Amino acid sequence: MNNQKNHNPFYDPSLSSRHRSARLFKAFTRGSILITLAFLCFFIFDMVRTAYPAMWQSYVKVEVSYNEKSSKISQKAIDKKFRKIVSRAWLRSIPKLLKQQPELMGTTANQWVLADDQVDQYMKGHHHNLKQKQVSVIETLKTNAQIELRWNNIFLSQGDSKLPENAGVYSSLIGSIFTLFVTLAIAFPLGVMTAIHLEEFARDNMLTRIIEVNINNLAAIPSILFGLLGLAVFINLFGLPRSSPLVGGLTLALMTLPIIIVSARAALRSVPDSIRQAGYGLGLTKIQIIQGNVLPIAFPGILTGTIIGLAQAMGETAPLIIIGMIAFIPDSPNSITDAATVLPAQIFTWAGMPERAYVEKTAAGIMVILLILFFLNAAAIYLRKKYEIKW
Amino acid sequence: MKSSGNNTLNPHRNSDIKITASGLNLWYGDNHALQDINMDIHKNKITALIGPSGCGKSTYLRCINRMNDLIDNTRITGEIVIDSKNIYDADIDVVAVRKRIGMVFQQPNPFPKSIYDNISYAPLKHRLIKKGIESDELVESSLISAGLWEEVKDKLKSPGTSLSGGQQQRLCIARAIAVKPDVILMDEPTSALDPISTEKIESLMMDLKKDYTIVIVTHNMQQAHRTADYAAYFHLGNMVEYNQTETLFNSPAEALTESYISGRFG
Amino acid sequence: MITTKGNSKENIIRFLLIFASVISIITTIGILFSIFFQAIEFFQLKSFWYFLFGTEWSPGQENSKFGALPIFAGTFMITVIALLVAIPVGVGSAIYMSEYSSRLRRNILKPILEILAGIPTVVYGFFAALTIAPAIVSISGWFGLTAAYNSALACGIVMGVMIIPIIASLSDDVLRAVPNSQRNASLALGMTHSETIRHIIVPSAMPGIISAGLLGLSKAIGETMIVVMAAGLRPNLSWNPLEDMTTVTVRIVDSLVGDHAFDSPDTMSAFALGLVLFVVTLVLNMISLSQIRKFKAKYKINTL
Repeated sequence: MNNQKNHNPFYDPSLSSRHRSARLFKAFTRGSILITLAFLCFFIFDMVRTAYPAMWQSYVKVEVSYNEKSSKISQKAIDKKFRKIVSRAWLRSIPKLLKQQPELMGTTANQWVLADDQVDQYMKGHHHNLKQKQVSVIETLKTNAQIELRWNNIFLSQGDSKLPENAGVYSSLIGSIFTLFVTLAIAFPLGVMTAIHLEEFARDNMLTRIIEVNINNLAAIPSILFGLLGLAVFINLFGLPRSSPLVGGLTLALMTLPIIIVSARAALRSVPDSIRQAGYGLGLTKIQIIQGNVLPIAFPGILTGTIIGLAQAMGETAPLIIIGMIAFIPDSPNSITDAATVLPAQIFTWAGMPERAYVEKTAAGIMVILLILFFLNAAAIYLRKKYEIKW
Repeated sequence: MKSSGNNTLNPHRNSDIKITASGLNLWYGDNHALQDINMDIHKNKITALIGPSGCGKSTYLRCINRMNDLIDNTRITGEIVIDSKNIYDADIDVVAVRKRIGMVFQQPNPFPKSIYDNISYAPLKHRLIKKGIESDELVESSLISAGLWEEVKDKLKSPGTSLSGGQQQRLCIARAIAVKPDVILMDEPTSALDPISTEKIESLMMDLKKDYTIVIVTHNMQQAHRTADYAAYFHLGNMVEYNQTETLFNSPAEALTESYISGRFG
Repeated sequence: MITTKGNSKENIIRFLLIFASVISIITTIGILFSIFFQAIEFFQLKSFWYFLFGTEWSPGQENSKFGALPIFAGTFMITVIALLVAIPVGVGSAIYMSEYSSRLRRNILKPILEILAGIPTVVYGFFAALTIAPAIVSISGWFGLTAAYNSALACGIVMGVMIIPIIASLSDDVLRAVPNSQRNASLALGMTHSETIRHIIVPSAMPGIISAGLLGLSKAIGETMIVVMAAGLRPNLSWNPLEDMTTVTVRIVDSLVGDHAFDSPDTMSAFALGLVLFVVTLVLNMISLSQIRKFKAKYKINTL
């Protein structure tokens, strides 16, 4: 009986090595996905860690004397030993301040002012180029509680600056909005119209096939080549202003077009034919049916694709470099023909700066763009889920 | 030949019983798809499982080589004993079970490989044979057993998918017997085929039962009648009746069986 | 009753729709021509054959030379490193998602991959330059090797990570499209799950996986920001991935952001390089599409 219980006619010793290799293979695939996830986690950790110090900025409390001398040579407004401690950007603003508020003239004030970027780096424990004399000045200020790290409200409200402590993403954000506005205004109607043509009207002829192959290829062309197109056609041929959101937006629109077309076609295709048949039954023309019945149903799907396309355009940098949107532009543009920069180009510019203080600014800029992309994609997913109709 | 009687498990596990299911229950989630199945399957016989769609006959068939393990959310109780070993025991290697119990599916599913490789793939991996002459011989003998040799011997390198539906199904049978199983399970093997191919497969089954125990699920009652030695009627997850084919078809004991056989539903 | 006025309105709309569709063709032609004519002008000044096979790239000098072979070699090196990272990890991830993970887990993993795919390349570039490149310098140091701070290896690895989602996502779709009957057939023959995957599922899905790989390759070749930020500017014909190398896209950016006159050979060399990039990526995309079409035809699938 016992013997029979142990008897296993299915025992096959040759299988153990095969099972071992099966486990190895599974471990390999699991390892692959874990590597990917680990990379993502490490990347986000690294970015947050690098960007975190940019949330704070050093301020010092110094005696400022507003007088004739300091309105001409603003450095004279403060004591000599603090001149390397405070931000040059703040010093430069003194004459302007005095013009705006003449009543300050002749007064002295003991006030908090923005510190120099090297001081800021010292305060954050980073590498700095300060001389021993300046370090001891800072240490004295520290013991007197006359220097502190404060919430950095410059970063989101100021434009680019050659002085890191005064640099922010505001102007590039405005540039991005202008550019994306142009992109949306061009790519959305063109993309939806193309999709309607291909899904609802086009017969299977030569032209249709060429268009379809073309859209496919357009999606695979490297983005930098769109930059060459923008440079050669929009700037050199049409004479549109270089570095402007107009040219940037047009270039990005052509890149976004295939994404919008593909998603709009999918959305139109998902509208059941019965809707169209019902329209014909009521004696409506094809265009009326598409306008009144098909497009409203397909709209959420089209919108989702458009948002995803815009998110991609938002992060695009290479073609915009080619058309000159990386110039140093501290002020935000007032129209789509002004010279401007965009957020990813701002990140690129800062990443190339030699000052250590720009590293944290770059990472902070990256956090801003990642957050924007996150919300754009979340909106797209939300729309898709909310309006997902099962036929 | 003695009859195994209605719904009862043969108490004597004599040598002509190959497979014994006892108290077998299966749930797909909350759906109790098989309810207390008890059944002896005879060695070197063809046993047909018949019944309307969704009655559990294919589910039961897939229990015998544990293909149901692949479906999420499946729970099985009871046992299936093959060669005096419950294949649901903890020390059972599913791969070894499937190696010993071949299966042919409803849709012919040759691999996208050559005819030759379709047959030699599994035996080579199981190290039953070596590449070269051994493999050539096995391919030839398997194709001869499946009655396909004459038709394909000149194009062994062409893809298995280039054959006609009936040929593909016989290729799948050849592929199954090349692994030298004891049992071949067939899940509606002819439902996708034309009558001539069906006839070929049926006569092939009659030849194969010398060497193999065959369990076949079929919708086609004539087919069950023509080919099977034993037949079991399934209804809503229960095995209603199980007997020698002649008895089941000519004098069914249960009213449900009779109404199905006489074509009142299906 | 449809009036003639309605008809003419419909005609205008239909004309507009066709016009919109033709824009995509105009764009492609526009790209081709804007690159092509500048490139032709360049080749009138400088030898075409020397451009393809010459080994010295020295713009901005008297008697400047434009031999792009070192640039192509650098592109090739970085791309190969990227694929060596991305293909095993990407296909492995795809196999895990499509074959081993539960549906729930897959529904979590896929959006995470999409996050990775949505990161702008300028961000990857910063990460490569700030973190990966110095890490490679110090790791090489442990082995007594010297690596450049803008090594091809650092670029290649980060670029590989960038294309993992492309390869994983497309491969996952293709693997899942392999009919279940193939899986069942192999498992019923007593094959283990991994043998079934390696010998049956992956070979069946191979055209699709090749297509995914080619798409990744094409993305890697055309990728600009990572290499602009983390690769070198110096054309360097070398087999050592720890050295700095430059790529086609880096040279394009470099020659267009400088202060050269638009009709100088320095500027126009960018268009010659752009033409090469255009042709190569177009061919890769064509092959990739034909592969996926082959797969679709084999299993009569319309959903990919």
